[in-house]
Amino acid sequence: MTALKLELRGITKRFGSLVANDHIDLTVEPGEIHCLLGENGAGKSTLMNVLYGLYEPTSGEIVVDGTPREFRTAGDAIAAGIGMVHQHFMLVPVFTVAENVMLGHEETQALGWLDRRRAKKKVLDLVAEYGLAVDPDALVEDLPVGLQQRVEILKALVRDAKVLILDEPTAVLTPQETEELFRVMRSLRESGVSIVFITHKLKEVKAVADRITVIRRGKVVGSADPAASETELASLMVGRPVDLVVHKEPAQPGEVRFALDKLTVLDDFGNVQVDAVDLELREGEILGIAGVQGNGQTELTQAILGLRRPAAGSIRLDGRDITALSPRKTLDAGVGFVPEDRQHDGIVGEFTVSENLVLDLVTRPPFGNGISVDPKAVRDNARKRVAEFDIRTQSIDTPAGSLSGGNQQKVVVAREMSRPLRMFIASQPTRGVDVGAMEFIHQRIVAERDIGTPVIIVSTELDEVVALADRIAVMYRGRIVGIVPPTASREQLGLLMAGVDDPELLARAAGNPNLVTEDDSTATAEGSAPEADPTAGEEGQA
Amino acid sequence: MTESNNANRGNDANDASGSGKANEPAAAPTATQPAAKAPQKSFGRQVLDGIVTGNSAVVTFLAIVLALVVGAILIVLSDQDVLDKYQYFFADPGDALSASWTVVKDAYVALFKGAILDPDTLDSNYAPYILKPISETISMATPLIFGGLAVSIAFRAGLFNIGAQGQLIAGAILASWVGFTFDLPGALLLILVMLGGIIGGALYAGLAGVLKARFGAHEVIVTIMFNYIAVYFLGWLLTTTTFREADQQQPIGKPLDDGALLPRLFGDELRINLGIILALAAVALYWWILNRSAMGFELRAVGSNPDAARTAGMSVGRAQIVSMAIAGGLAGMVGVCQLAGPYNAGHQLSPTIDAGLGFTAITVALLGRTKPLGVVFAALLFGALQAGGSTMQAAAGVSIDIVMVIQAVIVLCVAAPALVRTIFRLKGAHKGGEGGLVAKETAGAEAV
Repeated sequence: MTALKLELRGITKRFGSLVANDHIDLTVEPGEIHCLLGENGAGKSTLMNVLYGLYEPTSGEIVVDGTPREFRTAGDAIAAGIGMVHQHFMLVPVFTVAENVMLGHEETQALGWLDRRRAKKKVLDLVAEYGLAVDPDALVEDLPVGLQQRVEILKALVRDAKVLILDEPTAVLTPQETEELFRVMRSLRESGVSIVFITHKLKEVKAVADRITVIRRGKVVGSADPAASETELASLMVGRPVDLVVHKEPAQPGEVRFALDKLTVLDDFGNVQVDAVDLELREGEILGIAGVQGNGQTELTQAILGLRRPAAGSIRLDGRDITALSPRKTLDAGVGFVPEDRQHDGIVGEFTVSENLVLDLVTRPPFGNGISVDPKAVRDNARKRVAEFDIRTQSIDTPAGSLSGGNQQKVVVAREMSRPLRMFIASQPTRGVDVGAMEFIHQRIVAERDIGTPVIIVSTELDEVVALADRIAVMYRGRIVGIVPPTASREQLGLLMAGVDDPELLARAAGNPNLVTEDDSTATAEGSAPEADPTAGEEGQA
Repeated sequence: MTESNNANRGNDANDASGSGKANEPAAAPTATQPAAKAPQKSFGRQVLDGIVTGNSAVVTFLAIVLALVVGAILIVLSDQDVLDKYQYFFADPGDALSASWTVVKDAYVALFKGAILDPDTLDSNYAPYILKPISETISMATPLIFGGLAVSIAFRAGLFNIGAQGQLIAGAILASWVGFTFDLPGALLLILVMLGGIIGGALYAGLAGVLKARFGAHEVIVTIMFNYIAVYFLGWLLTTTTFREADQQQPIGKPLDDGALLPRLFGDELRINLGIILALAAVALYWWILNRSAMGFELRAVGSNPDAARTAGMSVGRAQIVSMAIAGGLAGMVGVCQLAGPYNAGHQLSPTIDAGLGFTAITVALLGRTKPLGVVFAALLFGALQAGGSTMQAAAGVSIDIVMVIQAVIVLCVAAPALVRTIFRLKGAHKGGEGGLVAKETAGAEAV
């Protein structure tokens, strides 16, 4: 495969009076992983859509191997050897992997018969060439997200992509899948494919990038070396010094306010997802629930809110049994709830920011009396919250769906924190949120704790749990396999997250609190995947 | 691809501007000043909204133009005399063209005279003559307003209510039964008849809502099937002694008591009646429900993102049932109009009491984009076409079926705005910044 050099020269893209990209220069050398780092809404995706032929640049040119090219459609970009994997996959769920890969340029025999065998062989060839293990006969809908993403990558490769654009590829992945993706990216690089990796996650940049270009508000503000510290990168990206450490006083836990007693929750298919969980939460503490995604955290939070009726056990808040309450009554009982998927469950995209800020408050004073809604109160509230939570929106009447991910999250958090709470529970409070907003949301959560509210944080980001929590409960296959202080070593947490409950191994891990903490990303990766490698503990010690 | 592309474009534009404002968080919190100006500002926003819809208003207007052109072609094609002239087109093109022009002009002039104003009547100085066309238009539009709202409110809750036909029949059945059974003083009976219509329709549609909410039965299938059930149930009822007028050849129901009829507003010569006032009240209520009531807020939330609505403590099932029940009540009022209005001389149930209004209601809702005023204007337009169509048939000898074609083409174009843009070579997106409008437009089209 011949490598390809790609240059963007002075790309400017205006939307009306708005400058989304302002004279951006970018060079992607053959066979490098070039990271495009920037906050949500900085103009990364716009730039890539220009490159991929989806937008026409207002000015500037795209140069491929020294020749200026003009991409009017995505087809032109593909023909020039550019492939793109979108954040939201464009696959046909009921088709097999091979069928999806050949979709759009089907292999046919005479009379238009589909040649599935040849398509399958092509997939297998690519799989062998790049080490992208995936079964060509599997139905896409049966594949986990990480493998679906691989199918998208295959789709680009089968069209001879020499530059691959990955738009926020890790946003939907578990830590293991992320690590697996990085392995694939490196292997693609070895084969001469250049990769443009769009992200706002600093650890990932440091883990995989060869070069880093930082974009802020539509402009290139500099390039950085992957060896730069996270704080440096964050400051460059946000444009001001950023504090990545959550500052908080030691917790002053009071009495037990919230308790789960042998709570058992089933999923839609009748499988036990939460298995007889006992948990106590005290006034003024943050309990972090760590664990690899899919170990029952989702069902646990759904059961607490009342979206899912527990099969057994009880949930008590301030001595009151709230096990069987509907979501409405649970919210009324004083539970603040941030769902893990904000776009899906947290906001109504077509509603304005001000409407979203009262989504679960609209039936009660001061916003309404259950029958009518007071539009003035809703708007006044919106102005207040937008200012208080620094929600960056054109106006309070902007549809919430058009805000950046971080600002959508602020809308949800602002709403849930804008009333007196007896308990606050947040799932993935900063997923897909950029550094600046993350810092802010963390501060607010700590502030909520400091006024005495018991808080539960459910997160698959170990760093987040460690930074915020006063106690960490690790969930594995529906059970709480251990509760440890945030000072526990990454290794101990990692073992617990993988379900290892060998006391000796854990004790040894606990005895070395300083292990592998220097580089968090590798620690997280190791920590979440040692199931396949039960000797991780010994290795760490050696 | 273009559509999602446009949608992205809108998002990105907003994103970028959002971060563009990043440095002035103080802009928003100066709340006191804008608060004092709030009403003015909201007026400004209304104007802006007007421009936004203006984009689709242009499309709607062009859709009507296009429909009239298609109608004109059909008028020419259906006139044998004119077609004969085309046989010697190349010898004398003027003859064929002027004949075409005349026949089309006559038809559309008749349409206008029947729907808006007939200048010949101005000399008479007799108000009922002059106002008759507009009265016809309004009275034809009255049931369409109710019907359009019935489809719209379910649509806002995310349900495609195809069942206005069945619901209006259910309402008409109950209203009719109330009307010929009870012997009460006029106004009281009329109120009871209307309540009967509303309750009949609401129960029937509410049942479809319950099937949807509790058992997940798809509302499109259910309401279509409910239409059949209603039609055949009505057919059977009209064979029973309770409902059937005894000494009639046709299966036809017993007449309403005279006191139960919708009173005419301006004397017996004009058919405009109380129904239009009730319909406009229903429009106001519809606006209030959607924009000012807690129930409407939940209804819209459920229609837009049921998962988020559920997570915010709303009952998705309840919202679906309530919206269907309201839809059914509104459709029931269509039945009441048909029964107690001036359209049906005997004020009796008949197998064709629905008169196809259940389906026209869907097109009214689509053309009006489920907006309160949109529904009113769409209903008035269709009412005008109906009223004018009769005159056109009588005066110009052009079949009223042309009107159906015109209606269909309008709806087709409105449902596929890209088609209109292509035909008239409108700049698709005006490029860039107004992407939001386009996104909105396409979102609307997708929703349709």
